Amino acid sequence: MTSMHTSTDSNTDDARRRWLALLAQAPRAELARHAPPIVADHRFETLRAPEVGLVMLRSRIGQRGDRYNIGEATITRCVLRHRPAEPGEPGEATAGIGCVLGRDEERARWVAALDALLQVPALHPVLSTRLLAPLAIALAAQRAARQAQVDGSRVRFETLQPEATR
Amino acid sequence: MRLAALPAGFANPVQHAQAVFRCLLDIMARPGTVATLPPEVSGTLQSPPGCSRAAAAVLLALADADLRLHVGTAATPLLADWLRFHSGVRLVPEEAADWLLFDAAELRAERFGHWRAGDDEAPHTAPTLLIDVPLLGLAATTEAIGLQLAGPGIEVQQRLVVGGMDASFWRQRIAQQARFPRGVDLVLCCGDRLAALPRSTRVQLTEG
Repeated sequence: MTSMHTSTDSNTDDARRRWLALLAQAPRAELARHAPPIVADHRFETLRAPEVGLVMLRSRIGQRGDRYNIGEATITRCVLRHRPAEPGEPGEATAGIGCVLGRDEERARWVAALDALLQVPALHPVLSTRLLAPLAIALAAQRAARQAQVDGSRVRFETLQPEATR
Repeated sequence: MRLAALPAGFANPVQHAQAVFRCLLDIMARPGTVATLPPEVSGTLQSPPGCSRAAAAVLLALADADLRLHVGTAATPLLADWLRFHSGVRLVPEEAADWLLFDAAELRAERFGHWRAGDDEAPHTAPTLLIDVPLLGLAATTEAIGLQLAGPGIEVQQRLVVGGMDASFWRQRIAQQARFPRGVDLVLCCGDRLAALPRSTRVQLTEG
């Protein structure tokens, strides 16, 4: 992804990275509520139909040490192209990428379609408030609930220093 | 790579790839016969600039991450991106390739030495050339070279007229017959039509 728009700078790449992460991790129910009405207004061309595959996940212990393979994960990826609705309408075609964990093809399609629409400058502000904001709240709520659930069984270990070594 | 500018691949990847593969099997089995891409493929496939739809279909059907492909003068960044996106194929130098995509005009006799020819123990390691020609068929014209074909898959004789390729190239193709089973296989593409000349086919040049 070297030249997304003519005005590409690291800022827009970062912004896109953030909304893609949000779309990919947002709870399915929330995505299913918000995506269809938005996507239905636009037409998309399939560049890569949703396909399921495996990726090798790699990790380092504590962000240090050698990389090792932590395991394989199933992902679904999809690429869609959005063109301006009318042939004469200004604006460029955009390509959206959807890549989600699991084998949910519909979800990958939604993410790809929304990514393509979010790259359209005229649509971005509306979608930010109508789509990204509620999804971010839902994702934060889901994470907080999970955190609270785990916190209930948290055990803290303290190591007491022997007096002698002080 | 600008993803939004890439032409789409097969509309129905599994079935269209199988249909094109069947087409390739048929023309390889009957050298010199000209086949047309299945209508469901030619009706939906957008070919990238620099290569015919038949050549694009063959590459989409066969290429994957394990194939080593070389592209001649048609190698624009857009074509390379298109191939990479739809098939994951790697582009390599001419002498390392399993498949080579050329335009008829760039093929000269002296190119013959650049490709691996295979050896008698492993003749299958010789590459296949996918050549975009401006004219392919049966009607003789002044700019095209007429070929008389004989060999496995041809009952008596088969005629084929190929445009745009140098006679010296065909003389090299005929010379390789003496080295059989070594030698390259040819797949000729023109628009939506394609024909094959496997190395087992004996070629003779005719007038016109």
